[in-house]
Amino acid sequence: MTSAPLELGAVVAERTVHLTRESLVRYAGASGDFNAIHYRDDVAERVGLPGVLAHGMLTMGLAVETIVDALGDAGRILEYGVRFTRPVVVDAEDGADLVVSAKVGAVDDDTARIDLTVTFGDTTVLGKAQVRVRRQA
Amino acid sequence: MNPELLGRAFPPTASYLVGREKVREFARAVLADAPQHFDPAAAQALGYRDVVAPPTFAMVVQDLTMQQLLAIEDSGIALERTVHAEQRFRYSRPIVAGDELTAQLSITGIRAFGAGAMVTSEAEITDAEGAHVVTATSVLLVGGEVS
Repeated sequence: MTSAPLELGAVVAERTVHLTRESLVRYAGASGDFNAIHYRDDVAERVGLPGVLAHGMLTMGLAVETIVDALGDAGRILEYGVRFTRPVVVDAEDGADLVVSAKVGAVDDDTARIDLTVTFGDTTVLGKAQVRVRRQA
Repeated sequence: MNPELLGRAFPPTASYLVGREKVREFARAVLADAPQHFDPAAAQALGYRDVVAPPTFAMVVQDLTMQQLLAIEDSGIALERTVHAEQRFRYSRPIVAGDELTAQLSITGIRAFGAGAMVTSEAEITDAEGAHVVTATSVLLVGGEVS
């Protein structure tokens, strides 16, 4: 466990995660979101999607988990919000790689705003992904 | 989209008992690695009674309110025409295994958007003592009627 200093501009954590169709089925079961666009190509195609998509809430969830160990205590998180701006298409064979980066975007006396960037290929898939945290554990 | 949903009173959901294995299952699903989600001793070292749920686990409880909303016959909301546009959580404390949570739904905003509407749905999640745990807010883009 580390205690990140959370100074303006500091990179809190970074990671690359590989999603497969199994990841989506696992998230469906754990979350209870069984919308078929997250595991059936035929349904995704019928509703006009470019392919089977990762759940937006999976992307949101794995993005914030990137910083929990660095924070040391999930209880430091006061607020977390995202906009779902671009889909993550998870190929049946190749899956999808997401790169998550967390950087301190603003600080005041007691709290810091950590900006999460989630990149899939050349696109950023979450908008305004911001976590407001207590600066001290 | 039925504008009368704004300000309608909904009953609180049935209580949801947060299980330790459910927390671990959810943590694995969001590719978490922090020990506080898996190991009761690690969570206790931070002052929690049992394993700490990942921040977005609150969605599992909020979903009970989404089911209430979708069950309303005159809501004008159909899942296949609904897109999750935005999600926010405001925490008083993390959810911990052993919590018995209930959620109170309210619709706090409806505004026209193209042929459909942007709907803001809020779930206030409280524990068995009635203390606030987390408020989960979803913005849904609800499509217009399919002709």
